[in-house]
Amino acid sequence: MSQKIELTIDGREISAVPGQTILSAAEEAGVYIPRLCHLKGLTPHGSCRICTVLVNGRPQSACTQPVAPGMLVENDTPKVNGLRRNLLDMLFVEGNHFCMFCEKSGNCELQALAYRFGITAPKYPYMFPQRTLDASHPDILIERNRCILCGRCVRASQELDGKHAFDFIGRGAHKRLHVNAEARLADTDAAVEDRAVAACPVGSLLRKRVGYALPVGRRAYDHQPIGSEISAAAPQG
Amino acid sequence: MAKPRVATTSLAGCFGCHMSLLDIDERILQLIELVDFDKSPIDDFKNFTGRCAVGLIEGGCCNEENVAVLRDFRAHCDVLISVGDCAIMGGIPALRNTIPLEECYREAYLEGPTVHNPAGRIPNDPELPLLLNKVYPCHEVVKVDYHLPGCPPLADTLWQALVALLNNQPLELPYELVKYD
Repeated sequence: MSQKIELTIDGREISAVPGQTILSAAEEAGVYIPRLCHLKGLTPHGSCRICTVLVNGRPQSACTQPVAPGMLVENDTPKVNGLRRNLLDMLFVEGNHFCMFCEKSGNCELQALAYRFGITAPKYPYMFPQRTLDASHPDILIERNRCILCGRCVRASQELDGKHAFDFIGRGAHKRLHVNAEARLADTDAAVEDRAVAACPVGSLLRKRVGYALPVGRRAYDHQPIGSEISAAAPQG
Repeated sequence: MAKPRVATTSLAGCFGCHMSLLDIDERILQLIELVDFDKSPIDDFKNFTGRCAVGLIEGGCCNEENVAVLRDFRAHCDVLISVGDCAIMGGIPALRNTIPLEECYREAYLEGPTVHNPAGRIPNDPELPLLLNKVYPCHEVVKVDYHLPGCPPLADTLWQALVALLNNQPLELPYELVKYD
């Protein structure tokens, strides 16, 4: 196998194939790199920056950066985790995330990452932005208060569902999720079984009438931090 | 030696966090061995009787009285702890933060479906604490030392935090006790 690329993550040698991203190479080696906007099967987006690692000392998003021979990658270090913590804090204060009554609570990836990093309160002031909600569709709900603009629904709709139900409009703080219709989600061809609906990591795109199906204690991140299944698959020794 | 004193209060909250404190069950007897309660709804002391080791704050600041109580707690307590999501982020009361105050008053006292107010008056007695423009989390008003998240935090979270602080141990919550719901 002359095509193997050797690199180091947190002092551990791993091998990858050309064209692979740092994130996927790490995952195969049982190293969990936290991520939000990345979802297996979708084109990497590199927008949330939670997967930021230091490559030879420089910050890079692990989901978009291809591997190269001899890379020295820092992932699970106080410095990198500090950067990620700040990003998570910002995601919390920039939206209106009311976990206590969110249907996704316990299964939400943003919340799970905050748990993983032991965040008890964000360090930045809350912005309490003005956001809208679209409940026009009979089976799907868009709750923009919780949207973190990861674009997973946008990509899943295009790449997996072969539709174009969602897109972004606006720039900066005014950027928001929009639908491929004049105003309402109900006027698009979005359907409840679309991969786009399931792709949402937070409680922004919800299936109606299925909330709170799992009791507290049996939800995805009640007992194990997010990413535990990846590090559990790490080769021993 | 005098026992350390613990004070608690509820600002813009629902008393759920105090219920969670009572939910430590028979350990409350152990707690009484360890501490004396000062200003708190538990013993109904209205004012501080002295310096306190720990102050537990439930709820955020929605009016000027909340701010005064919170500042009083900061002045009297060595360690101040935000308990629950309302104290940490404003919680349910903060849902009004995206609605103009005037609209809130109108809905509550004039136009709400269950309102009976033929005189059309909005309460404005000087005895009533003035509402703030927004509901603020406690740490945006005074310095807060620790946060115990949850709606409410689990009884175990409160118990572990109190035991750690009263024994001069670092407050480290295990994964299962850091919850926002």
